[in-house]
Amino acid sequence: MDWLNAILQGTLLGGLYALFAAGLSLIFGVMRLVNIAHGDLIVLSAYVALSFGVSLGLNPLVALLLVVPSMALIGYALQRLILNRTMGEDLLPPLLVTFGLSVILQNVLLMGYSADPQNLQAGTIETASVNLGPVAVGVMPVLVFITAVVVIAALQWMFYRTALGRAFRATSDRQDVAQLMGLNRAHVFGLAMALSLAVTALAGVFLGIRTAFDPAAGGARLIFGFEAVIIGGLGNLWGTLAGGVILGVAQTLGAKIDPGYQILAGHIVFLIILALRPRGLFPRIDG
Amino acid sequence: MPDALLSLQALNAHYGDFQALYGVNLKVEPGEVVAVIGANGAGKTTMLRSIAGLLRNAPEAIRWKGQAIGALRADQVAALGIALVPEGRLLFPSLSVEENLIIGGQLGRKGPWSLPRVYELFPILKERRHQQSTSLSGGQQQMVAIGRALMANPELVLMDEISLGLAPVIIRQIYEALPGIVGEGLTAMIVEQDIAKALSVSQRVYCLQEGRVSLEGQSQSVPREEITRAYFGV
Ligand SMILES: Nc1ncnc2c1ncn2[C@@H]1O[C@H](COP(=O)(O)OP(=O)(O)OP(=O)(O)O)[C@@H](O)[C@H]1O
Ligand SMILES: [Mg+2]
Repeated sequence: MDWLNAILQGTLLGGLYALFAAGLSLIFGVMRLVNIAHGDLIVLSAYVALSFGVSLGLNPLVALLLVVPSMALIGYALQRLILNRTMGEDLLPPLLVTFGLSVILQNVLLMGYSADPQNLQAGTIETASVNLGPVAVGVMPVLVFITAVVVIAALQWMFYRTALGRAFRATSDRQDVAQLMGLNRAHVFGLAMALSLAVTALAGVFLGIRTAFDPAAGGARLIFGFEAVIIGGLGNLWGTLAGGVILGVAQTLGAKIDPGYQILAGHIVFLIILALRPRGLFPRIDG
Repeated sequence: MPDALLSLQALNAHYGDFQALYGVNLKVEPGEVVAVIGANGAGKTTMLRSIAGLLRNAPEAIRWKGQAIGALRADQVAALGIALVPEGRLLFPSLSVEENLIIGGQLGRKGPWSLPRVYELFPILKERRHQQSTSLSGGQQQMVAIGRALMANPELVLMDEISLGLAPVIIRQIYEALPGIVGEGLTAMIVEQDIAKALSVSQRVYCLQEGRVSLEGQSQSVPREEITRAYFGV
């Protein structure tokens, strides 16, 4: 029963990791940008929610209504004003700029909020649980998992069924030809980053409700997101959810053996999968 | 005299240190089919890419109805009503045949071209519309590339070697469709290796040689020897 419970908890945790990963995957898919600052942007979202909570007295789940659009705006501005200037044939300059951005974000958060761990207080929902057969699961993890499924399904639909998704795919295929179709690359990239950070906002708020965070908490989140993307196969959104779940289950099973093994077990499973299937478990199949 | 639809005034183009076009002068009047011929490497593609806004190193040299457009981005040029059928087709592999066509029309310019019109012109594309564009034959892909440009309802369509690598019967089919395409307010500039074909479908012809215009004339009346000389530089 304990093991079943661990697998279930790990699966639900995987939903959070999929949310970490989805924005990363989106950005890489549309513009081949590896966003090193992704984890710090997740943490930034948590702090933005914290500030809305303090200033307006909002429950972080309600604050999402403000955090999501705020992060989307930040994403659009970040892309148009900074990242687009570095995008070109060479993938290295934008990667380095996001690395710099990561350092800057951490320091700005440190100055603004100090190094003390913070927490988002969502109220009684945090401790509420439901019985799923023989095991009890928290309402929050279930909510996070459902959100992840909905987000992935919505992104999938957006990608393959809407004009915006068509523009994303066309720009990803051939930037110059997409431009010939009247698509302004700079704007398309801005929209992709806006969407990525909107998802990041969800990830950050759920992270902040689940655990304490501090300005340096982004690095680990970047790695979890990155691992989920790679396990699932680059460019495959449902694969990203599967990758998150595999990572989450590996961690909770590792922790079951010995609490010290939690993170290590995740990394080991990641490495094994990377060694056996370098393109991930579900490499991209279009359509 | 009213402004030409498109005019190039001493257009130069560079790739790094290499100069590909030297002071090219050219005019396209509304309703015309203008052919551009020239040997491999003469600069034909470079000229079309410059016009379409993909090179952007000649701000003043390219004029659209008298306005300098050389500094515009490719998407801004497209919005003016200039569409390019690029050399090598360059379809979007992640998009289905139909999506490739739809995205061609995504600026929403009004005009005679629509999905049903393109399918009428190339019925095979309708049968294949849900297929991945890369799974089509070369000729069918060329039809998609042409259809994608027409979907923009352009005023001027630039076609770069649309017959390259295609079977003669397909080429004939595409060129037989051309009169139906041009007209209805559409003007065309076609780059073509097949000189006879180029002359037969166009009213005027330009020949490029090593980045310079080596000949300009009426397609029906330029003597064959002059063309040979302008083409090969002998
Ligand atoms: N991206 C590039 N970088 C450097 N030089 C280039 C580039 N593209 C073209 N060139 C050079 O510019 C010149 C003109 O090339 P362009 O493609 O315009 O010729 P073309 O007339 O279209 O030839 P073809 O009939 O073979 O298509 C050639 O000498 C070519 O080597
Ligand atoms: Mg060419």
